[in-house]
This record gives sequence, C-alpha cells and structure tokens, in this order.
Amino acid sequence: MDRIPILRMGAFLLVTIQVDLYDRLALTLESDLVQMVNKTGAKGVLIDISAVSIVDSFMGRIIGNIASMSRILDAATVVVGMQPAVAITLIELGLPLKGVHTALDMEKGMNLLKSMIHIPQEDDDQDLTTDDSIAE
Amino acid sequence: MTTKTSLLMILSLSKDNIQIVREQDSVFLKNRVKEVAVKIKMGLVNQTRLITAASELVRNMLRYANGGNCLIEIVSSGKINGVRLTFSDKGPGIPDITAAMRDGFSTGKSLGLGLPGTKRLVNEFEIKSKVGEGTQVTILKWANG
Amino acid sequence: MLQKKKKSILELWMKNQLSDEGLREDLISNEELRSQSDELVTALVGNLSAENFSDLNSDEWSPVIEILGGIAITRARQGFSPRETGNFVFSLKEALLQVLQDEIKTDPMMLFQESMKISRIMDNLSVVTFETFIKGREEVILRQTDEITEISTPVIRVWTGILALPIIGTLDSARTQVVMENLLQEIVETGSSIAILDISGVPAVDSLVAQHLIKTVSATRLMGAECIISGIRPEIAQTVVHLGIDLSNIITKATLASALAYAFQVMRLEVRKVNSIQK
Repeated sequence: MDRIPILRMGAFLLVTIQVDLYDRLALTLESDLVQMVNKTGAKGVLIDISAVSIVDSFMGRIIGNIASMSRILDAATVVVGMQPAVAITLIELGLPLKGVHTALDMEKGMNLLKSMIHIPQEDDDQDLTTDDSIAE
Repeated sequence: MTTKTSLLMILSLSKDNIQIVREQDSVFLKNRVKEVAVKIKMGLVNQTRLITAASELVRNMLRYANGGNCLIEIVSSGKINGVRLTFSDKGPGIPDITAAMRDGFSTGKSLGLGLPGTKRLVNEFEIKSKVGEGTQVTILKWANG
Repeated sequence: MLQKKKKSILELWMKNQLSDEGLREDLISNEELRSQSDELVTALVGNLSAENFSDLNSDEWSPVIEILGGIAITRARQGFSPRETGNFVFSLKEALLQVLQDEIKTDPMMLFQESMKISRIMDNLSVVTFETFIKGREEVILRQTDEITEISTPVIRVWTGILALPIIGTLDSARTQVVMENLLQEIVETGSSIAILDISGVPAVDSLVAQHLIKTVSATRLMGAECIISGIRPEIAQTVVHLGIDLSNIITKATLASALAYAFQVMRLEVRKVNSIQK
C-alpha cells in the first residue's frame, strides 16, 4: 500500500506530500505521523503541501486532526506552501483551518517552528513578533 | 435556491460517463474533470473549485450509496462554456434535503460541510433525492464564473 | 431583373449615402464605404432568386446576412451611432425602390407588389443589422469591463516582504475574486509575508463587502501570510459596527501609513531619522 514518507530532522518531522491524496492515503498519513511524534518525541511537524492541487473537506479535516493530535502530544504543526487556488477554495468551502499554523515556504515554516519551540506557551503577543502568522 | 430556468437554455456539447465503484475511481474522475476544464480554458482557481466540489460529491456517493455514476458534460450558454457534472446513485436517498444543505449538518462522521460547501464552490447546484431510490446532484461551473 | 440593374442600384445607393448630411467621413473613407456597399449589393443581387425572395431563413440569404453582420459589428466597434448604421441599410432600401420605380412605370399594381416585397426583405435585414450592432456594442462593453477590473487591482511591493493593494471603487464578488487571486499569486511570487489591503477608495462597506474582505484575509492566512486592512474611514467604521459585522479577527488600521508602521514592527524593522546627512 502507498505511504507518504515522514522524514526526521532534529526535533522536527518533515512531510512533503507530492501526490494528490485520496482518503485512505490521508488516513494512513494521520496515524503514521501521530505514531512518529510519539515515538521520536518530536517538537514540531512541518507539512509541505505545495504540490497538492486539491484539498477538500476530508483532507482539510485530516490536516486539522494532525495539528490537534500533535498538540496533545506537545508538538506544533505548521502547514507550508499552500497554493492560492487551494486557499481560496478552502475558505469558500468553509474550512479556515482554525488553529493550524501556516507559512509561505519550508524555510519560513522552519523559522516559525523554531520560534514557537524556543519560547513555548506564547499567545497573541508572540505572534506579532514572528515573521509568520497563525490562521485563526 | 436552484436556477432551473437557466439550466434549460444550456446546450450540451460533449458527454462522458464514469462509473464510480471504488475510492481510486475518484482520482480518475478528478483527472477527467481537470482535462475537460482545461479544454474549455477554465482558470486555475475555478478548476480547483470544480474538482474540489466533485471530490466532495464522489465521497458522499461512495460513503452513503456504495458508488454510482458521474456524467461529465461540456455545456454552452451561447456566450460562455462550462462544465456540468451529474452524480447519480441508487443509495438510500436523503430524507431532509433542507437539513442536509445546512452548514454543520451530518449524519455520517464528517464536518457536515460537504453539500453546502460544494454549493458555494459552483455556479449552479441542484439536488434531487427520493428515499429508497437514490440521489442525483447536478453542479455547473462556468469557465469564467 | 435586379441582376441587370446592379450597377445602377449601387450608384444610386452611393449617391444617397454620400448626400446624407450625417455621413461620417471621419470614421470611414468613401472608398471603404463604396467597397462595403459593393460587396453587399453583389451578395444581395447574386443570391437572389424568385423562389427564396421572401424567405430570409433560406441558405441563399446567409452570405448576405453574414456580410451585413460583419459590417454592423465593425461599425459598432468604430463608434458609429445606431442611427448612422441604420441609415446605411435604409438608404439601400430607398435605392432599390427607386430603381424598381424606374423599371415598372406602366403597371402600378405590380410596382406595389414588388415594392412590398423589397420593403419586407429590407426591414428584416435592418432588424438583423440592429441585432448585430447591439451585439457588437455589448462585446465592446464586456471587454472594457474586463480591462477595468484588470487595471484597477494593482499589487504594489512597498517593501521587501510587504505588499500593498489599494482598492478603488465598489467591491463586488467578481472584483473580490480578481483582487484575491492577484494578491495571493503575488504573495507566492514575492514570498511576502505581509499584505496590506487599503480600502480608502471603497465608497461603502456593507455586510457582503465585509464578507469578501474577511474571505481574502482568511485565504491569505491559510497561505501563511498576514493581511492588514487599512484606510478605514470613520463612517465605514460606523456602518460596520451598526451592521453588526465582526472584524475583530482582522488587523485593521486607519491609514496605510499606520499599517506600514505595523508591518515594519512585525518584521522587526525600524525607520529612524538620521541626524546629519552623510556625504
């Protein structure tokens, strides 16, 4: 069965989704990722979706789930590289992905993760001094 | 809610029928829809809206009716072209369509954004359902809509 | 009969057209007018026969209608008025009737019948001309609308990593689409992390416009950038609150300047006054 590879880099886990996901593949990714966070004690998860052209409500839900589950396991999730067309569609669909951190590209996402881990438990004030934003 | 009058004036230019039985068929369907959308020079954002809408409806069909049929058509209103998709299944049907069209309503385990969200992504949306007989959903996206 | 008279019809028609005081020599030269007229008369006479005369739907008529349509559309684009375009066809009718009169002097009954036929057919052709003319004008309007939408949504790079998008005019759904798509595309291309949407030029904000703004801001955030809305005039602030629109999740600033200052602060940049000018 197909699987999306998860790479480990220091305290972070990297996932680059290169294919359009179908439901079962996304569900497998969700469980694999949560297992990995638990096993490695990762502090952050970076998901690159720059090659993904379609995100529907199910995929959106999976992304939200991964973020929520990782948070319980004390890891932050940042989604990077969302295509403009995908962002517009998600908003119109009614899925603003509340609580999921986003960044323009891998590098900015990595910086965002680092800033979140250095100063944990920060709220709104911290957001103002990072280069990237939080979708709320 | 539905715009039946305008649906009548629309001319169908090409037809393509796709059986949906397994989850992988949805990948095939999305590719076919993409091809058709590119053919009529639909913009990227509208393509994405249309394919996402198709993806939602295929999932509904697989989940609640164990699959069905999708008709892909290129249509024309005279001035512009569009893509019309008709999803038909022989599933259990929807008892209360008004409720199903409400944000946050779901009988399955989902966010309940499927139908109302899909409607927001397309130009025209029509749903017909009979309990015990099946459901038919028709969506239409204009190339520049 | 008409075949033989083709030349005199054309001459007479040209004379009619040229003697018309409203002739637009600024828009079309005499030679061009003559060649257009010649083409039409040739097609008209060449395709006419006794059988199809009264049936405008027959195949023989289609070249005539095509030529007439082509002329009408060109005129619409060139900026002729409907009256001027109409006179083009009406003067042909006059010329035809005149020729007819010269030919059938002896039999008033036949003259009347033939005149009626000519009248009917020419009236039909005028209707076709007007329909095509209006279609041509509609095309012009549509193209202009597209152009305006394109022109009126420039995305400006005000600083490395900061984009500004001044919106002028009413913000409707179609416009929001263009604004949003341009902005998001530019964010990807420039890698900017802050976008400022300035609405000083938007006359009114109702709940629909507000919804459009919120949508744009949310989409920007999904991509990983922040979107600030600036240029909110006091009366707009009033309407927003009166309408009960919730903008609390959006960063709003009164002026583009304060939005820019905020953006600098977020990017940890500082603008300072230099004491002495360094040479």
